[in-house]
Amino acid sequence: MTGADELGWWGIVIAVLGGAIRVSTPYLFVSLGETLTEKGGRVNLGLEGILVMGAMSGYGTAVLTGEPWLGVFVAGCAGATLGLLHGLICNLPRVNDIAVGISLFVLGTGLAFFLGKPFINPSAPRLPYLDLGAWSSYPQIRSALEINALFIIGFFLALFLTWALKNTRWGLILRTVGDSADAATALGFNVNLVRTLGTVAGGFLSGVGGSFLSLYYPGTWNEGLSSGQGLMAVALVIFARWNPIYCFYVALLFGGATALGPALQTVGISSNYYLYGAAPYFLTLGLLIYSSSTKHRMAGAPGEVSISR
Amino acid sequence: MFNAAFYQGMEAVVISTAALLLTLVGFGIFVTIFGVDPFDVYYILYLGGFGTQISIENTLTQAAPLMLTALCTAIPARAGLLVIGGEGALVVGGIATVLVGVHLSGLPPALGIVVMGLAGALAGGLWIGAAGALRQYRGVNETISTLLMNYIAIAILYHLVSGPIRDFDQVLKASSWSISETFMVGTVPGLDVHWGLAVGVVTCLVLFVVMRHTTFGFAVDILGGNQRTAQMAGLPINRMVILCCCIGGAGAGLAGTMEVIAVHGFASDSLVVGFGYAGILIAFLARQNPLAIILVAILLGGISASGGLMQRRFDLPDATTAVLQGMLFVMVLASNSLYGRLRFLQAREA
Repeated sequence: MTGADELGWWGIVIAVLGGAIRVSTPYLFVSLGETLTEKGGRVNLGLEGILVMGAMSGYGTAVLTGEPWLGVFVAGCAGATLGLLHGLICNLPRVNDIAVGISLFVLGTGLAFFLGKPFINPSAPRLPYLDLGAWSSYPQIRSALEINALFIIGFFLALFLTWALKNTRWGLILRTVGDSADAATALGFNVNLVRTLGTVAGGFLSGVGGSFLSLYYPGTWNEGLSSGQGLMAVALVIFARWNPIYCFYVALLFGGATALGPALQTVGISSNYYLYGAAPYFLTLGLLIYSSSTKHRMAGAPGEVSISR
Repeated sequence: MFNAAFYQGMEAVVISTAALLLTLVGFGIFVTIFGVDPFDVYYILYLGGFGTQISIENTLTQAAPLMLTALCTAIPARAGLLVIGGEGALVVGGIATVLVGVHLSGLPPALGIVVMGLAGALAGGLWIGAAGALRQYRGVNETISTLLMNYIAIAILYHLVSGPIRDFDQVLKASSWSISETFMVGTVPGLDVHWGLAVGVVTCLVLFVVMRHTTFGFAVDILGGNQRTAQMAGLPINRMVILCCCIGGAGAGLAGTMEVIAVHGFASDSLVVGFGYAGILIAFLARQNPLAIILVAILLGGISASGGLMQRRFDLPDATTAVLQGMLFVMVLASNSLYGRLRFLQAREA
């Protein structure tokens, strides 16, 4: 008799919940990163490349040094470097930020696969997790409540960023630059510099999100590691209305939706597996159609971001 | 004396060539770090992409779908839209081709092939056209909607080939029913390259003429240049935007058709190999010009085609060509800021 039989339909709920916590972490970090970038008025569609680069460099560092947290830091730095490249190129006149993002997507994944070749076989130490499910005798509940450390960090980071964007001098500068470059220039801020820093910070967070993929779940490095979480960041941010704490909820929602298909499969429902997996995309598109208008911008959207017009 | 169009053309050629050369220098430094002589690498790039009959055929085979998916970004871009849905349009085009091809297997082959092509183009056209309509009538940003629609199209494909239209005799991987052998198109006479190349080149040429030499093309350029002006001129903006999206989507849909009827014979995850995303960059490198798309697609096809040889000769990973492509994209996009700034390339006022 297995646990799944005893738990019945609750097994699905628990699996979705556990999946949400496990799968949502990279979503959370890339969407927080993209929020910072877009609050400054630019779009970085290259987070997919940054994510994969972060996964590779984090894993490589952990293999070589045996220190997973050093891997996370190096992954963030690799992401910040690519973010800096994006920011510097977009500082040039008449350069389309979305096109630069897609080129970074190609460059980042290419570099990661090139440099990551030697790391496909060795195994790296895993990041730690908090075991909140030790009280339970059901293995499903236990594995669902293994809360990874980056998820907790991400949660507090979302809280902090929500507060910081609203209440700190830096948050205000970033939002001013993102809402009106003219107003920011008139106030004496260097628009390009602020936007570049926003993109660098976004790149750092996305790199950290990538290190989660290789250092915690699935917890290995190979070329099929990312399933488009980086590309989805832009849509997630719209769903979250450019609000960091909403990014947390939306990441959980996307993670849960991703886990729904496999969870239903464990109880024998395998039809429409792929359509359940695509639920977040249908949901986001529906929300986008519902909340868009030709008359006004979406609520919460930075005024200078090209995708909100 | 030379006219302004000549100077514009020269400007594009000089800047693009300079970006290409700079990229090669940067890539040379990159491979030197990994202990490979850069000049050997350049030679292998040439040999693997363009050096022999076989490598040229490889290059053209790689380039064929890219020409068509690039149109999906290029044509809407001329009207001022940024569409990145080529991947999804290719997939729905492929699905439509299979559905039509399987159900109309009684048709004479020539007619069947034409009908399948129309089905692919129509599916892709409606797919991207819908994104255009959503933008014009509902204000939905076309970049995001087409990005999401890529994922939706891919999910629909996986759903269909995992059950409803799955051919259970194919055990190696989930794939759809196959279209009849008589519906498969072979290779272009004289070359070992499938007909997708001819379709791509002809489509690009036709669209070049349409965009350059017709009233419609001129009107689209006005709209892309300044929407207010187009409004003042009384152009039917909504219809034009949606039509441009349909044309671009039809191109990518046709790429899906050719992948099915010239390469695979069925729909499977082999349709989802990034042709759509590569097409976006080709469109930008070609500055949204259909004629230049042909050349850029061949150039990038050559880089991809030389990957295998590079791997065997130097023991470099197969991602080496992706690094080169990424560097090229970054460099060319950055070089966009040079347009209109190089004094010796500007048309002189008389």
